[in-house]
Amino acid sequence: MYPFKYQKAATVRGAVSLLGKAEDPKLLAGGHTLIPTMKQRLASPKTLVDLSGAGLSGIEQKGRNIVIGAMTTHAEVAASPIVQQAIPALAQLAGHIGDPHVRHRGTIGGSVANNDPAADYPAALMALGATVHTSKRKIPAEEFFAGMFATALDEDEVITKIAFPVPAKAAYVKFPNPASRYAIVGVFVAKKGSQVKVAVTGAGSGGVFRHTAMEEALAKRFNPKSLEGVGTPAADLNGDIHASADYRAHLVGVIAKRAVAAAIA
Amino acid sequence: MPTVTLTVNGRSVTADVDARTLLVQMLRENLHLTGTHVGCDTSQCGACVVHVDGKAVKSCTTFAVQCQGTEVVTIEGLAQDGKLHPMQEAFREHHGLQCGFCTPGMIMAAVDIVNRKGAVDEATIREELEGNICRCTGYHNIVKAVEAGAQAMTGKAPARQAAE
Repeated sequence: MYPFKYQKAATVRGAVSLLGKAEDPKLLAGGHTLIPTMKQRLASPKTLVDLSGAGLSGIEQKGRNIVIGAMTTHAEVAASPIVQQAIPALAQLAGHIGDPHVRHRGTIGGSVANNDPAADYPAALMALGATVHTSKRKIPAEEFFAGMFATALDEDEVITKIAFPVPAKAAYVKFPNPASRYAIVGVFVAKKGSQVKVAVTGAGSGGVFRHTAMEEALAKRFNPKSLEGVGTPAADLNGDIHASADYRAHLVGVIAKRAVAAAIA
Repeated sequence: MPTVTLTVNGRSVTADVDARTLLVQMLRENLHLTGTHVGCDTSQCGACVVHVDGKAVKSCTTFAVQCQGTEVVTIEGLAQDGKLHPMQEAFREHHGLQCGFCTPGMIMAAVDIVNRKGAVDEATIREELEGNICRCTGYHNIVKAVEAGAQAMTGKAPARQAAE
């Protein structure tokens, strides 16, 4: 990996200031995507700004929201009694990212900022209607994710926390790649009042997306049977050595049914 | 060049390292603790697992500078007063290794599993070992060793899952 300058921010404001001043900077959260990417020389930032000292971890319930600090690790989300009680689907999702060692370092803010098309968290943010809080504004999940590895974040903007409204029912089911545990297809379903949201990760060529046809069918009756005959066009899906676009389209239907069944169980 | 000070196996150590130095490189090349291995170098295989502040992490995917001020335990730090740690003893007893390359990471991961979950059953062990790959495919004895090591560490028989 190419050399870089390491700087540790003590506050969010400090991180923003370093991003403005430093030469070609990148934020370092858990590092579990960034470090492998730097080893492969796919990224070669001149400066890394470490957020681990900026006081961004922690989980709290605020009214009808679960608020998770950006530097909270996957292991902390998975083991949190607050998350387990309020949104068990989110705790379960966090507990199946990567492996135990990865979950000890990887963070929710890092995952969301990277917006890997096969990452799990983006599906949760979209289906639960989460809000991304940053150093300068609040961004609804719908507007945050802007295509594969792209987000609405500005160059000098730092994610501070993510607020998840507590749903009535929710579940996440993924069909993982057996080696990496990334989602070949992952579907997060959430029901709140009469509204149903279905978010699909791993499959879309533009990253995570909402499946509106499924949402309309499930809004009438929240049952796996409602999804029979609801198709997923393969034209907008990824195809690779692990799964063709047609196979992914089929999997979206199967996994969505399982997710709805888990949500009503 | 940043100076990193951390505690390794109970001993305070300081080294001047390049910012890009990985924790595993500092352990092996600066401190000559070569028990921690580099297998895949892509955060898949788990041969490099050590404990940082009591949690198992992949030291090939962690910069040494990120560990400033932390407590690191490597495979060399498990045995006490010349006596193997119960998990090491269990790996010996159950022949939980073939070539031995993955063993340090397996044992550090296994101790972390027991620290988090107590006495664990076979299904849980297999799931929890997701991040550790044995190139000899010797998983069966590794799982047996972890189960026995967990019992020795906790003094309890594994909690069986309801379905069994």
